[in-house]
Amino acid sequence: MRLIARIGEWFDFRLQLAAPIRDVAEHPVPRNTASWWYVFGSAALVVFMLQLVTGILLALIYVPSAGQAWSSLQALNHDVTLGWFIRAMHGWGSNFMVAIVLIHMTQVFLFGAYKFPRELTWILGVFLLLMTLGMAFSGQVLRFDQDAYWGLGIGASIASRVPVAGPAVVKLMLGGPIIAGATLSRFFALHVFVIPGMLIGFVCLHLLMVVKLGINEWPAPGRMVRRATYLRDYHTLTTQEGAPFVPYAVWKDMFFAAFVLLAVAACALWFGPFGPTGEPDPTIIQTVPKPDYFFLWLYALLSLLPPSLETPALLIGPVIVILALLLLPFLSGEGEKSWRRRPIAVLTVLLLAVTLGTFTRLAEFAPWSPHMNAWSGDPVPDQFLRRSTALERQGALVFQVKQCRNCHALADGGGERGPALDSVAVRLTQDQLIRQVIQGGGNMPAYGKNLSPAETTALVAFLLTLHPAGQAPARDASRDAVDTEVRRRTARAP
Amino acid sequence: MSNDATLSRRGLLMKIGMLFNGLVATALTVPIVGFLLSSVTRGRASAYLSWVSLGSVKGFPEGETRLATFRNPYVTPTDGKTADTACWVRRIEGDRFQVFAVNCAHLGCPVRWFPQSGLFMCPCHGGAYYRDGSRASGPPERGLFEYPYQVQNGLLTIQAGELPTPGASAALVKGKPPCA
Repeated sequence: MRLIARIGEWFDFRLQLAAPIRDVAEHPVPRNTASWWYVFGSAALVVFMLQLVTGILLALIYVPSAGQAWSSLQALNHDVTLGWFIRAMHGWGSNFMVAIVLIHMTQVFLFGAYKFPRELTWILGVFLLLMTLGMAFSGQVLRFDQDAYWGLGIGASIASRVPVAGPAVVKLMLGGPIIAGATLSRFFALHVFVIPGMLIGFVCLHLLMVVKLGINEWPAPGRMVRRATYLRDYHTLTTQEGAPFVPYAVWKDMFFAAFVLLAVAACALWFGPFGPTGEPDPTIIQTVPKPDYFFLWLYALLSLLPPSLETPALLIGPVIVILALLLLPFLSGEGEKSWRRRPIAVLTVLLLAVTLGTFTRLAEFAPWSPHMNAWSGDPVPDQFLRRSTALERQGALVFQVKQCRNCHALADGGGERGPALDSVAVRLTQDQLIRQVIQGGGNMPAYGKNLSPAETTALVAFLLTLHPAGQAPARDASRDAVDTEVRRRTARAP
Repeated sequence: MSNDATLSRRGLLMKIGMLFNGLVATALTVPIVGFLLSSVTRGRASAYLSWVSLGSVKGFPEGETRLATFRNPYVTPTDGKTADTACWVRRIEGDRFQVFAVNCAHLGCPVRWFPQSGLFMCPCHGGAYYRDGSRASGPPERGLFEYPYQVQNGLLTIQAGELPTPGASAALVKGKPPCA
């Protein structure tokens, strides 16, 4: 032991780091911040370190070339010993990191930690969030499969909508005229050098400020933040009632960080690595691209926004959100910290959480996407064809063959782009059905040119049978008199 | 420096040093920015576009729409399969064609052709187009992108080379939209 101590002294005589490290470790923190609510920042840091380590390991095998990236991922999954596990750790680590950074930010917001004098800590945190999301997106690109390829196409389509500079921005983003080798190379540079380098720098500054300004005290309702008095109050809090960070508070950080690492490893073991899905070959168009879960809400938003609002929402929305986050500490730098006295803050968090959660949930089953194989893969259920006439059966055939099923469900099978048609005959009369089929409208294409009169007649005859037993189909009262008259004349005719 | 009015020799040298570094940094900015923007500046005046062949017109029966593929005219050594591009070729009759990009005019996902219903459908957000490429329904604000084409000596060629995107000047066929 004495030898180790002497070696340590030899180094520290030259490095002179022991004293500052001891100061940082033992700096007093308010006692009630030794809470399980204060563990998310350190957990984010630990997951970031995990990402650095697993990322470097992956880079030993991964080839950032559009022609070979996909095969190198296959090699990692199948040939390299434990390659699948490192990929899975990196992928799940990324999911955990996004989630933990968001939780950390929510906690900081609800505890009023962004207020004086920690405004800059918050602002750096906003940039850290943006960089984390940047890492998530660029990482999804490096998993160079069909989703990555078409995801880049979506990114380019969004970027192209920037007024005037749009096409230039697209070429800058893609590194050329199409999504190809140069695109992957520049996303590799972003994911491996540029963003991580900035992340490391910003994380250091963020931590430095946490140490220099002190951790945010537990917010007590009614204890206001005032620029004139806050520093003195905080000093009193830490010196008189404080406790050294190590070991008083740090053990909770350590437990939680270890738990998070275990959870990442468990997910990696249990669920395995993400993809890659199909080979990124643009001539294979039988693909249904979907983003990773942290961008699913955006995927949902893009299909639910009215077309006219899409471009402004895409281009102006992020600017407003980022500006609002950056300006927050200046707009509300003083005053109440406790969430118990900040109902609007709590409601904002709840609203955002519910909105993002709803959009994410919606995007998981994507009711706006046609089911491309429903017409040939989901047969018309038996119950709709019992005791049907030949004409109605022919109509059911038209219904399938013309891909109506891709957007309309029967007995919960088929697309959800249009309304389910199980009881359409209750909603629409014969004339309305014919009009809807031929002219379309209400987000349905017009089929007039693609259906012969006989096909339309058969199709509508089938649709008219779609009503619950015991519930009469819709009828047009004005037609009744005409129909009666027609029947009367037909009967009278010789 | 003790006083602004008096400038010591070392102070002067330091200022010259700063100026010198500033000049060198500015000079180096030119090639750095030029390199970074090379993919944009090269693309000016349609430098990426050229005419590529889709093969004999005999491969496209009249009245049908078929998937064709071509190698992008501008390639780099690491492109692999990503430089292979697909497009939908509709032969109306004789030498009259329409060649559509597979990319949906909404966000660029690949649209699929359903000959039975005469529709192109997009798997992402449910955009649909009629057989002539005009918008049928869904979020796209316009019809499918069309490549300019030529028929020479029985060969169908199209002018291609850039990823079509819904941005302002990215429309491949200038002027009237296909649905007009």
